Amino acid sequence: MSQTGTLMGFVHRRRRGAELFLLVLALMVGIGAYAAVGLGVEGVVPADLVGYGGWLTALIVGAHVTVRLVAPYADPVLLPLVAALNGLGLAVIRRLDLTYEANGLDQHTFARQQLTWMTLGVILFVATLFLLRDHRVLQRFTYTAGLLGIVLLILPFLPVIGREINGARIWINVVGFSFQPGEVAKVLLVIAFSGYLVLHRDALALAGNRILFIDLPRGRDLGPILAMFGVSMMILVLQNDLGSSLLFFGLFLAMLYVATERPGWLVVGGLLFGAGALAAYTLVGNVQRRFDIWLHPMDYYPGTSFQPVEAMFGMGWGGLIGRGLGNGFPERVPFAYSDFILSTVGEELGLTAVMAIVLCYGLIVERALRIALISRDGFGKLMALGLGAIIALQVFVVVGGVTGLIPLTGLTTPFLSYGGSSLVANWVVIALLLRISDQARRPAPRLEPVDDSVADSESTQVVKLR
Amino acid sequence: MNKPIRVVSVFCLLLFLALLVNATYLMYVRSDALSEDPNNRRVITATFSRERGAILVGKDAIARSVPSDDKYKFQRTYSQPFKYAPITGYFSWYDQTGVERSQNEVLSGDDSRLFVTRLVDLLSNSDPKGGNVQLTINAAAQDAAWEGLEALPGDAQGAVVALQPTTGRVLAMASTPTFDPNKFASHDFGAVRDISEQLNDDPRDPLINRATGTTLPPGSTFKLVTAAAAIESGNYDADSMVPGGFQFKLPQSTAVIRNHDGGNCGGDRITMTQAMQVSCNVTFLSLANDLGVEAMADQAEKFGFNDTSLEDLGGQAESLYPRDMDPPQTAMSGIGQSNVTATPLQMAMVAAAIANDGDVMRPYVVDEVRAPNLSVLDRTDPQSISKAISSTTAEELTKMLVATVDSGTATPAQIPGVEVAGKTGTAQSTPERPPYAWFVSFAPADDPQVAVAVLVQSSDTSRDEIAGGRLGGPIAKAIMEAVINR
Repeated sequence: MSQTGTLMGFVHRRRRGAELFLLVLALMVGIGAYAAVGLGVEGVVPADLVGYGGWLTALIVGAHVTVRLVAPYADPVLLPLVAALNGLGLAVIRRLDLTYEANGLDQHTFARQQLTWMTLGVILFVATLFLLRDHRVLQRFTYTAGLLGIVLLILPFLPVIGREINGARIWINVVGFSFQPGEVAKVLLVIAFSGYLVLHRDALALAGNRILFIDLPRGRDLGPILAMFGVSMMILVLQNDLGSSLLFFGLFLAMLYVATERPGWLVVGGLLFGAGALAAYTLVGNVQRRFDIWLHPMDYYPGTSFQPVEAMFGMGWGGLIGRGLGNGFPERVPFAYSDFILSTVGEELGLTAVMAIVLCYGLIVERALRIALISRDGFGKLMALGLGAIIALQVFVVVGGVTGLIPLTGLTTPFLSYGGSSLVANWVVIALLLRISDQARRPAPRLEPVDDSVADSESTQVVKLR
Repeated sequence: MNKPIRVVSVFCLLLFLALLVNATYLMYVRSDALSEDPNNRRVITATFSRERGAILVGKDAIARSVPSDDKYKFQRTYSQPFKYAPITGYFSWYDQTGVERSQNEVLSGDDSRLFVTRLVDLLSNSDPKGGNVQLTINAAAQDAAWEGLEALPGDAQGAVVALQPTTGRVLAMASTPTFDPNKFASHDFGAVRDISEQLNDDPRDPLINRATGTTLPPGSTFKLVTAAAAIESGNYDADSMVPGGFQFKLPQSTAVIRNHDGGNCGGDRITMTQAMQVSCNVTFLSLANDLGVEAMADQAEKFGFNDTSLEDLGGQAESLYPRDMDPPQTAMSGIGQSNVTATPLQMAMVAAAIANDGDVMRPYVVDEVRAPNLSVLDRTDPQSISKAISSTTAEELTKMLVATVDSGTATPAQIPGVEVAGKTGTAQSTPERPPYAWFVSFAPADDPQVAVAVLVQSSDTSRDEIAGGRLGGPIAKAIMEAVINR
């Protein structure tokens, strides 16, 4: 493979200066958007622009310095992408806050809360990079992480702490704080899957009986897959959340496929999920209705399809370049600050901004997958792939839902939407990716000959079947 | 593990491509269709939040937007709501009518003629404003029209149209009963819905602009068209002797029509002028019968029947002269009965054409389109629709109509020192309802500045008193005076 060939003699540069330059651009996006919101909605530059900009800059510079100190070889593009998205998200949420305040709504401090969450997210980002000097340490916690992940997913169903907000039972309430444990569970499950698959990939790939055309795995290997399938179906039926269900199972399937290199798993998993989804569609009326609303949204307006149709109207009204911040009516869309933040962006900043945002996400996923490619250890590869797949799937599900490509499900847009759990968890995701990429891009330890570095990282690989 | 990672990468690429394509489809391809969806409140909300342009009469804004302190930035107000309602229409959250509707693009600022203004607003980051619309209405004439209609006794329904004969400018247009557009412009949408329902259910149809939207038999005022057709045929002039007498027997029928006063119009053979002066039914029944349906219809269509001409206001009804009438119906059409119907606007156009040497001008309400800073962006050019009659015919008709005002049925319209041409009309509908009173006129006869049509419908006034002239004459007179003495 040519890619491997270039990698063999190639030593990655640190590129921290490039990262700093991109961060300046990202900050200009965030702070500029914040100023534009003030100008557009109130006609004046916000009074707290300096304080706000300073705070944002301090957070980003803090993150950048941490990367310089403890992960100097880390990927230089990820942090600026995330900073831009987070800054833009804050400005858009602030824009909605101003309208909510003008309309006399009680809740109009989402932006401030989001900034607090972002601060916490960056602190955790820094902490992760400082404390976790080698991602392979996490492999020790494979089963702990798996167990914890499952527990977190189940927590919302427990009495007392479990809470249902806006029809979705994905929240827990601990000492006055609402939290979506599913967001953290995603990260934990990626760690668990990576640890498990990297150990069992040979067994999963080789052992088994060939029946007809499909190599079926041994019964005991099938256990974790069935368990994951069960969890996904539970989420689908109990939480009525096709998005999260698709997210978890899709994540697992992608990692399984990459670990075993056997497309047969995709067939098995796809069939399982298809059957499960079909069963849910037939048996659970809610899923059916949701599907129907997706196909014929106008028929249900202004009833159950009010939110998606208003979002469509808003984005259509925005057109190519948008109405300008403060000149649209994004507040017509319920939850415009969280799940439907993209409709706000579309209405006021237009198709141009929507494309830019989708491309930013695309680049994040691309960087994650590139890290997976160049990572030297299987665990790191799987983790980077898993984290990238989470973002890809989540973005697809939420953006596709908001723009009407797929049925609507409630998920946050990473870094953009209001939502503390999601924001904090995603900052940790980026920290983990940076850590893996730092390991991957760091010059190979000098004990090993450079020419063998790639082969060595796959020293346990088996003879290919094809 | 790198090969499957690449496969996953390609898959992710496809996912993101699908998102981009779908976003483009939604926000670019479907953008216009979504904006036109009746459920989409964004377009109208935007209009509500923008400073909509004013509708001007002279230097006065009869409709304008003033800053509002609620959710929407501007409140539409109408300074003389009832008087101008048929012209301005209303501007509500749900829909618009009248000039508010026909000039919506200009008033909201979306018209292409306002492109430069929009560009400047965009660059200077100021809120876009709508353009202004200058109407052709003459405020004094409109006052006279409205006051005249208001002074009608009892529960009157009526309409008035005044035109400038040489251009087709609408100088006055009023209708009663009417409505208060301020109620429709309210930001209390529940109340708007209520008032809309209430007015729509009102049997007196206050939302209809009777000046253009109601067609009724024009009665004796249609004798102008009959006389025009007769003179155009080349066989008659104002002094030609035409049949008079007590009665006319309809062809293919035993029915006999008498004159409105039961008299003989002054003899068995009278001059055309005399026939017009006394509004002799026998004469015009006989003329229409002789001319035939084709000649009559041709003449009526040249005046604008069977068509609509006013483009600035919606809801215009077609005045009808059907070509499939049988001979008795054709004869009856000569005195504006049977299946002939006309709007007040149409009868004003007939009078205006006679005043304008036979040229029918397209009536229009919007004179100028102005930028927010009041600079003129566009001006409506007068436009001739057809040559209804020759100028000689017009002269002959004018002579007859002047005589009718001087010493005929139309004397209430006399103005001291001014030669007025006019004609009354009283049309039968059903025996239970009182007839409609019509009055058409123009003045001064030698240099016409204004042509008027007045319609008074279902007034409480007793039947015998209605002879067109008594009800409509004073209103027409007041309007003509207002225009001439300006």
